[in-house]
Amino acid sequence: MKIAVCIKQVPDTTEVRLDPKTNTLIRDGVPSIINPDDKAALEAALRIKDGAGASVTAICMGPPQADVALREALAMGCDNAILLSAREFGGSDTYATATILAAALKKGDYDLIIAGRQAIDGDTAQVGPQVAERLGIPQISYAEEIRAEADGVVVKRQYEDCYHLIEAKFPCLVTVLAEAVQPRHMTVRGTVEAYAADIPVLGFEDLKDGLNPDWIGLKGSPTNVVKSFAKQLKGQGIRLAGLSEDEAVNTIVQKLDELCII
Amino acid sequence: MEFTLSKQHQLQQQLYRSFAQAEIKPLARDMDEAEEYSPQLLQKMQQAGFFGIPYSTVYGGAGADNLSYVLCMEEVSKVDGSTGITISVHTSLCCHCLNEFGSEEQKQKHLRPLVNGSKFGCFSLTEPGAGSDVAAGQTTAVLDGDDYVLNGSKVFTTNSGFADVFVAFAVTDREKGARGMSAFIVEKGMPGLSVSANIPRMGIRAASNCVVTYDGVRVPKENLLSREGDGFKIAMKALDAGRIGIAAQAVGLAQGALDEAVKYVKERKQFGKPISAFQNTQFKIAEMQTQVDAARLLTYRAAAAKDAGQPYGSHAAMAKLFASDVACQVTRGAVQLFGGYGYAREYPVERMMRDAKITEIYEGTSEVMKMVIAGAMKVK
Repeated sequence: MKIAVCIKQVPDTTEVRLDPKTNTLIRDGVPSIINPDDKAALEAALRIKDGAGASVTAICMGPPQADVALREALAMGCDNAILLSAREFGGSDTYATATILAAALKKGDYDLIIAGRQAIDGDTAQVGPQVAERLGIPQISYAEEIRAEADGVVVKRQYEDCYHLIEAKFPCLVTVLAEAVQPRHMTVRGTVEAYAADIPVLGFEDLKDGLNPDWIGLKGSPTNVVKSFAKQLKGQGIRLAGLSEDEAVNTIVQKLDELCII
Repeated sequence: MEFTLSKQHQLQQQLYRSFAQAEIKPLARDMDEAEEYSPQLLQKMQQAGFFGIPYSTVYGGAGADNLSYVLCMEEVSKVDGSTGITISVHTSLCCHCLNEFGSEEQKQKHLRPLVNGSKFGCFSLTEPGAGSDVAAGQTTAVLDGDDYVLNGSKVFTTNSGFADVFVAFAVTDREKGARGMSAFIVEKGMPGLSVSANIPRMGIRAASNCVVTYDGVRVPKENLLSREGDGFKIAMKALDAGRIGIAAQAVGLAQGALDEAVKYVKERKQFGKPISAFQNTQFKIAEMQTQVDAARLLTYRAAAAKDAGQPYGSHAAMAKLFASDVACQVTRGAVQLFGGYGYAREYPVERMMRDAKITEIYEGTSEVMKMVIAGAMKVK
């Protein structure tokens, strides 16, 4: 089984500072990490490798220094790593990024592609699903568990108030959640081998056969950022238990009334 | 001259730090209270490859270097001094002896399981009457047929409670003094080998540290390390290397206590403002960090010299002498900044202060370090 894991290098902060003029991230002085959901994606892939056996390739698009994230993925146990880096790729939004990732993934003939649900810097949760669309393969998002079968996966998908168990045949794409798995530590030997490894860098020339130059980079990005802001934590919610239907309805109506919603 | 860590060392530092914070820190206080090391934690460190960091992959080690080992010692000791000494005695005392002085057969048989972490090692040198005066050891080894028969008693043997391999030092020829001492690989389960309960101590209480008794232990001839009479030299070389690890442990303890203090002084309010707003606090913190950085640089210099194949004995002694003093001063300073809460066992700084003291004593006291440094300067 061939698994590809898409990872992104992000600034290590939930309180991202933004340049007020350009609405882009100020990265200076902020240490970079593998995006937490993507690290969970690596763990999910490595668990399949530990169980059913698989070769796992980590793929990252970013500037040359994103190589550090790939070395970390190798030190965790990935077999291969590929960096997608080119001047032409700069300024890509999710749509353009997915286009580039899909072009690279197409070359690898992977059975399973795993990505994190979303990145902590952009919070869009778009790239994984967009890659699946570009490749024309099934996608399952918000996965807590992935069980690999001979010809596909069974995924436990988190929903607001329940789980869905969904099957998909290979090739397919799954996006996973950081809260569901505790990623493994690197190993010391892994870090040594990671720096002995050769990480191929694929640029525009390497991917241009499957890539429309008008769909990538800043000019290929339809997103126009109007405003960026740090996200607010969603409230815990209130669970009403042990009430009859009538009591529950009355309590909810009363709460809504208190909050001036009705 | 390069003062930044390589990318590879940075990645290793990240591994050691995240492991220490996630796996060791939550257990440190309970292990200290229980005076017992967690077997599960030993297993996790084994999986991450913490027990063979500077040893060749040929023998199953991680294939990293001594600077990487120092980074590990520093990060684990920031949260727990006991973990530091557990790794250090195994790595830079026990494994070092086998790696430097073992035959190929001995390395395959004994070093391999030690550096891959499936077995644990200790270093059985100190005796009740022979501390700094190593050559005064009373434990004897007498050749009888194909075996050496060991008799004697060792004290303060770190890791001995769970060790599988004991590098034991014994006198084979009393006439020759220091040159009459030899080193042996003693294996757990050999008849006559017994290990006492943990010796109650002031600090590094989670580490295993016991009395080891050799009562007619028959050790096969093939378990002699190097040649008869090389024991003193082997012990001194191992201690030279070990001191780099202890210096790193001291740096870690100091930085760990300082990090806790920095966090605390920003939160703690007295006289209507955080105590970090007082210049006395700022000056104290500044002095402490400067001391820690100086100790760290001496320690990295010693590790880098060893990695470069240069003489490092004197560098290691200076690093240990200075870093252990800094560890005692800085941890004490951290307790002072915490005030009454620093004295309470709820916070980790009192444990760090207790743990720091031993770094001035074991693997050569500060006084012995000065003898080594002055000796290297030919001041006799």
